[in-house]
Amino acid sequence: MSYFSSLWRNEQSRGILIQIFVLVAFFACFSWLISNVISNFATLNKGFGFDFLMLPAGYDINQTLIEYTNRSTHLRAAIVGLLNTFLVAGVGIVLATVLGFVLGVARLSRNWLISKLAYVYIEFTRNVPVLLHILLWHGIIVNTMPHPKKALTVGEVLFLTNRGLYVPKPIAETGIWLVWLGVVAALFFSVGFARYARARQRQSGMQLPVFRVNLAIWILLPLLAFFAAGQPISLSFPALKGFNFRGGIQLPPEFVALTFALSIYTAAFIGEIVRAGIIAVDKGQREAAEAIGLRPNQVMNEVILPQARRIIIPPLTSQYLNLTKNSSLAIAIGYMDIVATLGGITLNQTGREMEAMLMVMGIYLIISLIISAFMNWYNSRVRLVGR
Amino acid sequence: MKKTSWMVAGLASIALAGTAGAATLDDVRAKGELTCIVNTGLAGFAAPNDQGVWSGFDIDYCRAVAAAVLGDAGAVGFVPSTTAERFTKLRAGEGEILSRNTTWTFSRDVDLQQTFVGVNYYDGQGFMVPASLGVSSATELDGASVCIQTGTTTELNLAEYFSLNNISYEPVPIATNAEAQANYLAGRCDVYTTDASGLAATKAAFDNPNDHVVLPEVISKEPLGPVVRHGDDQWADIASWTLKAMMVAEELGITSQNADEMKGSENPEIRRLLGVEELQGVTTLGLSPDWAYNIITQVGNYGESFERHLGKSTKLGLSRGINALAKDGGLHYIPPVK
Repeated sequence: MSYFSSLWRNEQSRGILIQIFVLVAFFACFSWLISNVISNFATLNKGFGFDFLMLPAGYDINQTLIEYTNRSTHLRAAIVGLLNTFLVAGVGIVLATVLGFVLGVARLSRNWLISKLAYVYIEFTRNVPVLLHILLWHGIIVNTMPHPKKALTVGEVLFLTNRGLYVPKPIAETGIWLVWLGVVAALFFSVGFARYARARQRQSGMQLPVFRVNLAIWILLPLLAFFAAGQPISLSFPALKGFNFRGGIQLPPEFVALTFALSIYTAAFIGEIVRAGIIAVDKGQREAAEAIGLRPNQVMNEVILPQARRIIIPPLTSQYLNLTKNSSLAIAIGYMDIVATLGGITLNQTGREMEAMLMVMGIYLIISLIISAFMNWYNSRVRLVGR
Repeated sequence: MKKTSWMVAGLASIALAGTAGAATLDDVRAKGELTCIVNTGLAGFAAPNDQGVWSGFDIDYCRAVAAAVLGDAGAVGFVPSTTAERFTKLRAGEGEILSRNTTWTFSRDVDLQQTFVGVNYYDGQGFMVPASLGVSSATELDGASVCIQTGTTTELNLAEYFSLNNISYEPVPIATNAEAQANYLAGRCDVYTTDASGLAATKAAFDNPNDHVVLPEVISKEPLGPVVRHGDDQWADIASWTLKAMMVAEELGITSQNADEMKGSENPEIRRLLGVEELQGVTTLGLSPDWAYNIITQVGNYGESFERHLGKSTKLGLSRGINALAKDGGLHYIPPVK
């Protein structure tokens, strides 16, 4: 006893003791939970396993990025759902980032109207729950857009209806490899030219029109390859046939509403993050840049943003994670993401709640960790290098 | 990863806790109330009425069980549930009975460890379209967008029926009947498909019901009935015989109005059902002799419940059809009360 109390009185050993107690309590708690699950599964006479993933799913999905029929397995249905999640998260992140940067810069604009408009947008958007944004956009599209028979059209190529937006679909034909070669060549040359331009600027201070030249490379090379290969891409145009449009690519209202809502909502947060990052850059930097005669957009692009980026990236990462996780609200409007397929219909048809939910949670965890890892890598690349 | 799965396990075990053990009947008696998992709202079957009291065909069954077990048809709590959550809720112990237009299938009965205690409505899946489309048969629906409630047998039937008939379609999955209605009326889909009774109920709630037609095809068998958890035979028997008692009462001509005078009847089956003569086994079942009398006087017989919520005088206007008793040419054939 006295030995114990002397351990307890010593600050260092007390710290270790407390940690051991907490750890033991922690594990006791979890083992109790697990044994409870096991005993409840036993009483319900339920097994635990993932065999159900190999059974035919039996249901159809309206948006599939890979081949899928109702005879495909539950696993394939889950992958279809996962790809739909990736699609909405990917497009959402790009849109939200672009819009967010514009908002952040606009918010700091010296133009009163632009700055106030950005302010009103941000306050109105981020103070309304994202689920309402999603329902609102879906409601707007479904209720105000015309029926396919009275579709709005842009030159009989784009069609806008309450069943979604229809655009022509490119179809690859033989010889497409030459076009891909053109794209790869464009990538190669544009990166090379940018490097050359930077090296030259460093040496002589002379600037080359990098953007314009690279734009030309990106347009000309693939276009040249396209004609050299005898135009190996044809377009399938959407056309009204029966109840709906056939052909082309359909962007269903659920996808459009979800992407819009998520990016518009998240952009408001990103705007504030960008603003904070810009303000955090010492104002002497701006003054110095102006003093050496840089133009306002050069000041922003060459001096302010590269420094603000270091401050922006960590909170930006968590916004990307939020957007990805918020995409699970898709189920509210029937967008078939991973939650609606694996965590919804599959779960309900097979009754494997535990397995399905564990998988869905595991998948979101992995996606989030991948995004975090990428953003951490990028952050370490742009951070201030101590010299 | 490991920590997360423990967390899930923990959450799930909390949700599952309390399902095991004691007899369901004792639990209900101890609570003094039956808890019934029902539809989130389907006119005629389960919906709160203008006073906010749950009413409907499926609700009547819950009240009948409460009358049999507790002697009070009012002692019922209702847990509204979407189609996708209902089985999870039942198995997690959120209610003792699931009375929610649930189709009896092999895998739901066997694989999901549940017991279907009978069929209270013989249904089949149908299609509803706006009359303006000029469609007269489901085979003309090639290329249509179809609104469908997810997590239902209708989803599987639709996929099977359309692929057998080589009809392409765009499924538009929807969580509840109310949302399906909104999307259908907004023109997001050309067709709404669900059980024929559900279509009648949905259509009845429209502003202009006559602008919509139900197509003649019925593409599936949908025997709907109440469900209980596996493993408590006594409770399953109570649930099963409550439904049968309502049907037998109709067969014998006992109604909520004449039940008292019927007690004086000479017919031994009537006397046994109403508890005038001993019905062997009632006490083993844990019920009082007047269990069926309570059901009939407080809720009514099967036919009364049907006419009150679904029949010709209601907005749904469904005829008995195959839901008549066997003696009237329907499918409800009930074992004798002996």
